[in-house]
Amino acid sequence: MQFSISLSLSSPSTICRSDSSSPAAASNGNVNLLNPRSLRFCGLRREAFGLNSSISMRRIESSSVTRRPCSNRILASLSGNGAPSKEFDYDLVIIGAGVGGHGAALHAVEKGLKTAIIEGDVVGGTCVNRGCVPSKALLAVSGRMRELQNEHHMKSFGLQVAAAGYDRQAVADHANNLASKIRSNLTNSMKSLGVDILTGFGSILGPQKVKYGDTVITAKDIIIATGSVPMVPKGIEVDGKTVITSDHALKLEFIPQWIAIVGSGYIGLEFSDVYTALGSEVTFVEALDQLMPGFDPEIGKLAQRVLINPRKIDYHTGVFASKITPAKDGKPVTIELIDAKTKELKDTLEVDAALIATGRAPFTQGLGLENINVQTQRGFVPVDSRMRVIDASGELVPHLYCIGDANGKMMLAHAASAQGISVVEQVTGKDHVLNHLSIPAACFTHPEISMVGLTEPQAREKAEKEGFEIGVAKTSFKANTKALAENEGEGIAKLIYRPDNGEILGVHIFGMHAADLIHEASNAIAMGTRIQDIKYAVHAHPTLSEVIDELFKAAKVKANTSSPAAEPVAA
Amino acid sequence: MSHLLQSTFIPTTPTTLRRCSVFPTTHLRKTHVVESKIREIFMPALSSTMTEGKIVSWVKSEGDKLAKGESVVVVESDKADMDVESFYDGYLANIIVPEGSSASVGSTIALLAESEDEISLAKSKTLTTVSSSSQETPPATVTEEVSPVVSPVAAAVSLSSDAVKIASAIHPASEGGKRVVASPYAKKLAKELGLDLRGVVGSGPNGRIVAKDVEAAAAAASDGAAPIGVAAAALKPSGSAPAAPVVDLGTTVPFTTMQNAVSRNMVESLAVPTFRVGYTITTNALDSLYKKIKSKGVTMTALLAKATALALAKHPVVNSSCRGGKSFTYNSSINIAVAVAIDGGLITPVLQDADKVDLYSLSRKWKELVDKARAKQLQPHEYTTGTFTLSNLGMFGVDRFDAILPPGTGAIMAVGASLPTLVGSKDGRIGVKNQMQVNVTADHRVIYGADLASFLQTLAQIIEDPKDLTL
Repeated sequence: MQFSISLSLSSPSTICRSDSSSPAAASNGNVNLLNPRSLRFCGLRREAFGLNSSISMRRIESSSVTRRPCSNRILASLSGNGAPSKEFDYDLVIIGAGVGGHGAALHAVEKGLKTAIIEGDVVGGTCVNRGCVPSKALLAVSGRMRELQNEHHMKSFGLQVAAAGYDRQAVADHANNLASKIRSNLTNSMKSLGVDILTGFGSILGPQKVKYGDTVITAKDIIIATGSVPMVPKGIEVDGKTVITSDHALKLEFIPQWIAIVGSGYIGLEFSDVYTALGSEVTFVEALDQLMPGFDPEIGKLAQRVLINPRKIDYHTGVFASKITPAKDGKPVTIELIDAKTKELKDTLEVDAALIATGRAPFTQGLGLENINVQTQRGFVPVDSRMRVIDASGELVPHLYCIGDANGKMMLAHAASAQGISVVEQVTGKDHVLNHLSIPAACFTHPEISMVGLTEPQAREKAEKEGFEIGVAKTSFKANTKALAENEGEGIAKLIYRPDNGEILGVHIFGMHAADLIHEASNAIAMGTRIQDIKYAVHAHPTLSEVIDELFKAAKVKANTSSPAAEPVAA
Repeated sequence: MSHLLQSTFIPTTPTTLRRCSVFPTTHLRKTHVVESKIREIFMPALSSTMTEGKIVSWVKSEGDKLAKGESVVVVESDKADMDVESFYDGYLANIIVPEGSSASVGSTIALLAESEDEISLAKSKTLTTVSSSSQETPPATVTEEVSPVVSPVAAAVSLSSDAVKIASAIHPASEGGKRVVASPYAKKLAKELGLDLRGVVGSGPNGRIVAKDVEAAAAAASDGAAPIGVAAAALKPSGSAPAAPVVDLGTTVPFTTMQNAVSRNMVESLAVPTFRVGYTITTNALDSLYKKIKSKGVTMTALLAKATALALAKHPVVNSSCRGGKSFTYNSSINIAVAVAIDGGLITPVLQDADKVDLYSLSRKWKELVDKARAKQLQPHEYTTGTFTLSNLGMFGVDRFDAILPPGTGAIMAVGASLPTLVGSKDGRIGVKNQMQVNVTADHRVIYGADLASFLQTLAQIIEDPKDLTL
């Protein structure tokens, strides 16, 4: 049901990673809002889609000529912020300096726009400060702990390691230091390009008018990039000590002996990896009937065999945590579980801590959207496929865009950044529609899970509707030399494709370095490369990338002729 | 639907050749007399190097009809995942090895019934097959095997109100003992070890059952638990009682699962005709060797285990075990179990292949085992596989004692303290030498007096001239 949110907001042309079979659950306040992509992953890319617009889509740039009368300004823009248009303080104002806002700002400067970014909290937003960045630091620690503790694994290398231990504070410091470092990198990259960083809570006063603190500024175009906060279903009392969200958990203030994780999506899964490596036992509480909803079922099944079953983890599925009370007066944290369908009390858990990982809620309150007649839907700002904000009467609001978690299309840091770049392309006169199906996602467990495009059930549904066949090819990490050298043969890669024309519909990888391996597939989807072409690309031997090579070679494509090169697959 | 991986590992083999078939037997081995056609599905050997396979997924579920040649199960070998086909028509009656579990090549993973009527018959057969293979009891005792499973439940139900109060005091939220509060790993372990958590007393926060409680209960319940009883009994008077629990004097306390198991094992040991042979060994040479190599991390326990293992290597009969009373087994490896006192009990970590592993590795291994034992993280194979047990109370100043033979092993050696002793030598002089007394308890059905005597003589020679120990 978590996906139904993104579904309800997306235009029909956008195929979300949605689970249409998620029923009534959404009406319950305690929905396990686990968007599988809800833990965001950042990239500090400066240019992601420079080449993606086809010529036919490009508008005649007369309008931009009027806006930038002087051609040498374009050259100047490469080294500094652009000059403002005459009637506005800025060409572009971005509300929210998270990864999405940052990506948009950098691209805007490159395009010669005078840009300001408003931040009411700290630069970097969720991803850098309370999300993917510090969690990667913790996962780096958990990966090593896991390896050092795996006596069998070490022995198979001929290594002898005495009992591995850790210092909680030092681990927490590593995460915190990484976040500060990335935060200052982000700040510096914007400062050096001359992006004005305005401090204060930004809100919209009216068309093309933004207020931060007590200052009012005008801008030709405005991007809302306010992101999201952890979602806490009602009935759950978060005290920040024993009942926590990812915000608290990343500080790693204590490592409970037994922690319940409510929600088994990306966030929950990654934290289970961290906590079990550091010695905790974990109980998952999942509202859907199976763990890891949103992943390709086959990948989910294998992942469960590797990431859940052998570890000190048990789980309750098909239940809501209707009430969670923090530990008090020597009593443990209590969690009341009710059946997801019958709503009957099923069980009560008593644990040392509970992590609420039920997804993320958009942070759009106090944004002044009522001033421009925009109504949020469950907090999300409605947008069209070009991120243009839609008002209450269904009309597009001119010069107003919303990117990232705040629009709920795809709650991933790099998706926000790509959406920001797409918006900047549009406001500088080049039409651009981002293909969300080419955006990869990754879960940094050990081993990692990554995916791009459709899952097998989604692909089958689409194939049935549109009347084409699909093919599925799989390769195993067990057959990969590099994986075997690393004693990491556990893993699988799966390709879902159209045998008739060789189009890649989805790729799912579970195995060592899966998060890094996915990009060959996501780039192919973004560029419209067909299997019959990419299968001739050469991979260095021995590398893990050969798993993907094998995958393309294992596909049985009937079309022998190459597709015209670089035909973009727009959403 | 085929789960066959399109792995290019064997790229030129056609699909049909990659598929392996189940090798069922029409006639059952062992003593099961089953008239109907119930066939066992075995774990196939999917490659020449495969010794064990993991069930990736069952394509069919229990009760499904199978046609010859249909895929039944996906098995993961050391090389790839493969579909396994049925050789016969029939019904998948019972899945013995669930998804995600491993089984060695040739072991039964499921039962195939010829008709639907025979499914229930096959299911009932599974009970006997499983219990008899895991417990190594003949089918005749199956009823006995079943009854204990039922009785604890009955006992729990009929607990007096006092006992219920105790349970609720242990865990306020356990609702008067109705609910079992156990950590995820504890539950997982209990399932693996086939242990009923209702009888386990929790030692975790708020009285929760944690992994070490399950391990302790399982250790107590298994054969390997006997030395725990032995040495625990021996330890009590030594006064090293760990954190004396608050007990109400004059009350009668029912046995915990662990105490029950110890008690059962102790009684069981009476069925074995044992005898004891003692020996006094001079340890001056061993002591000076120990002083020399102590800095390299060598422990006295490792030295003793090594010396014992070397002596056992020359007297394989002392390392044998007799279980059924009709035959005995010369154990292929010399695994020295050493009793260690831990918080709340005792456990016997095992030094595997102590005769072959060098002294330094043995010492390292010992340290690791002790650390694990203290953390209650020993795996069952690390404390149940001993073929000969050492129990040392020398550190308490005990000069001699007597151990009870753990059922399932041939002999146990009780080691006393090495003490300076006034001795007369053959040439009529007197002097002071360090001497320790050892006392071996053995199963006389297999090991005779002369065997033990010559074993002890060899051991004494090794300890008195310990140069071989460091080889």
